[in-house]
Amino acid sequence: MTSILPSAAIYEGTRIPSRVPTILDVDPAKHDPEDILRVNFGPNHPSTHGVLRLVVDLDGEQVAGIRAVIGYLHTGFEKTMEHKSWWKSITYPARIDYLSFHSNELEYVLAIEKLLGIEVPRRAIWARMALAELNRIHSHLVWLGTSALEIGAISLFWYAFDDRDAILDLFELAGGTRFHTRYVQVGGLAEDLPPGFTEEARRFCEQMPRSVDEYEALLDRQTIWLERTKGIGLLSAADAIALGQSGPILRASGVNWDLRKNMPYLFYDQVEFDVPVYYNGDVYDRYKVHMDEMRQSVRIVRQCLDRLDETEGEPWIADDRKVVLPPRHELHTSMESLIHHFKIVTEGYTVPEGEVYVVIESPRGEAGCYLVSDGGPRPWRVKFRPPSFAALQATATAVQGCLVADLVAVAASLDPVMGDVDR
Amino acid sequence: MTQRVDWWVSLLQAFVVINIVMGGFAYLTLAERKVMGRMQLRYGPNRVGPYGLLQPIADLVKLLHKESFRPAAAIDWLYLLGPFLAAFTALATFSVIPFGPGWEIAGVYVPGQVADLDIALILIFAIGSIGAYGFIVGGWASDSKYALLGAMRTCAQLVSYEVALALSVLGVVIMAGSLSLTEIVAAQADSTWYVLPQIVGFLVFLLAGTAETSRAPFDLPEAEQELVAGYHTEYGGMRFGLYSMAEYINLITLSGLCVTLFLGGWHGIGFTPDWLAPAWFVAKVAVLLYVFIWMRTTLPRLRYDQLMRFGWKVLLPVATLNAVVTAILVVAL
Repeated sequence: MTSILPSAAIYEGTRIPSRVPTILDVDPAKHDPEDILRVNFGPNHPSTHGVLRLVVDLDGEQVAGIRAVIGYLHTGFEKTMEHKSWWKSITYPARIDYLSFHSNELEYVLAIEKLLGIEVPRRAIWARMALAELNRIHSHLVWLGTSALEIGAISLFWYAFDDRDAILDLFELAGGTRFHTRYVQVGGLAEDLPPGFTEEARRFCEQMPRSVDEYEALLDRQTIWLERTKGIGLLSAADAIALGQSGPILRASGVNWDLRKNMPYLFYDQVEFDVPVYYNGDVYDRYKVHMDEMRQSVRIVRQCLDRLDETEGEPWIADDRKVVLPPRHELHTSMESLIHHFKIVTEGYTVPEGEVYVVIESPRGEAGCYLVSDGGPRPWRVKFRPPSFAALQATATAVQGCLVADLVAVAASLDPVMGDVDR
Repeated sequence: MTQRVDWWVSLLQAFVVINIVMGGFAYLTLAERKVMGRMQLRYGPNRVGPYGLLQPIADLVKLLHKESFRPAAAIDWLYLLGPFLAAFTALATFSVIPFGPGWEIAGVYVPGQVADLDIALILIFAIGSIGAYGFIVGGWASDSKYALLGAMRTCAQLVSYEVALALSVLGVVIMAGSLSLTEIVAAQADSTWYVLPQIVGFLVFLLAGTAETSRAPFDLPEAEQELVAGYHTEYGGMRFGLYSMAEYINLITLSGLCVTLFLGGWHGIGFTPDWLAPAWFVAKVAVLLYVFIWMRTTLPRLRYDQLMRFGWKVLLPVATLNAVVTAILVVAL
């Protein structure tokens, strides 16, 4: 295990403003309460990512106080899932964090598989990994486009979404759906990857690093962009850890912590990739981490594609008739298969009693899934650990001393997906 | 040059010019959306009419048909005065910009501008300053926090950049020895386009002008990610339309002024018969407008403090220095 000790300090001590880290109260010593203008940013505001509501106390252009209010997108996904069979509930995690749909689905399925103790064929694991990394690039592209939009670089939004579309095309090729794919299945995949998938994906892998270079050429040589992002939204390593940050935010604060390296799952210990770490903890470093991660993800996807080509023709789902649907053609000839099919589709399969916590590195950081099974065909309790929720805890710390314009930039850099926060 | 102009010719000309400018505004919005679309890997409006050419008309009809509501807490007459003042001053300034040498048509003399004044340049700045009230009053009177913040930003930005803008043209005034726009154009025809000797002034003018018209990257007053829509947050329908019109016409006027001061006005290169002068003028304005649209698609937005620093600490000293150096050189040579 590599050291996760912080390597550089941005500021002395801590900047966490209060015991409730999302609240920054106006300091009467610095701001005259008479001068304070309280403004609502959200839940219905052009800047917010989704329905985040920030109640901001402004002293002129300066942000004097802030409190983040959440809950506008609460849909009760976790509770709903408890009323669905294991089989049907797989569709829900993808809708919780709609940008890292594949990762969420994967994390839930991995938790069920851990309870079942089922062996997943290697071809399925390589496919899951390839798609997980494509999903990471997808999520980072949306992040890049929207954050640049917040700072006023409007065109980048369309450039990023153009590449994002190519990724969605790949998902469509694999599972038939662009978003919310439900391609991951307990025991493996819902279908084998279609022929030609690896060629298409390779073509994308050729294009993507060039695109990342272009984005960096557009932004890194842009004085206004540098002025707007450097030294803004500071978060020291110690504060980031104290606030439960993970993923790109944590790595931009100088903490070398990536679950793919530190607690490998799937086949992440068998591929080569680097974990980008930056030390200033500002908006610019978060941007750099995202850019580097896209490059690294392409690297991982390439290695996965090689393995997928090697395992062409191998099984893509476990051969466990109690959990996995029998092949279609057997239904016409085998009574046993027909019974299994009927049981899985109507009642659903049962999962042994127990509880389990599975955590993976989603595009936004540590995404955990806590599952309790009472041995029945439905989960007894489902609970997700959303990285976006943790990210929002850093708002008050990061925006201290900012101007209004920085506020939107900082909030965007924390990359909250409100579906993930509110669930 | 000071030929007598009949009053009815001026009236008719003012009417025609105002309508052309308003038509220019309508199609500038379309051009902006088209150009931006192409730069952003998309098509832009192409549904209304061939190539989307009727889009501005559809927009106008939509705006006219919208209900004219206003916030209950708004101050009535100031709320209405805001967009009116902005649109009126925007249209008025264009009257002094020369777009041709003047023509003899059927024995009647038609001048190359609506009004030829000795102090045209000062008039433009004066009316422009009044126009700023339109934005400030409207934002303040609509009794909304976003609009108030937007109005405050507009106020600070216009005041700061007006200074740099006025100083940047001082070099031109010194070289031409006149405040009359027609004489500045004539002086450029005699020597050279002032963009060459006054390149510093030209650049400062362009940057300060971008800020003055609240265009990207200086579009802070209406930064939609921060202040929703800035000072016109609470305006809808044609009142919003008037604000939008004022902004775009200010942009056209500014480009026209830039062409007049630095790019030789209506004088062309090569084929330049008198009747083609307006076309040359329009072509040069169009190039400048394209640059403004280009900047908007490319550049991120400045922050408030950076904007102020840039205006006071960079543009103002550079413009002052440019004026001083020009004055010394003109006297010395």
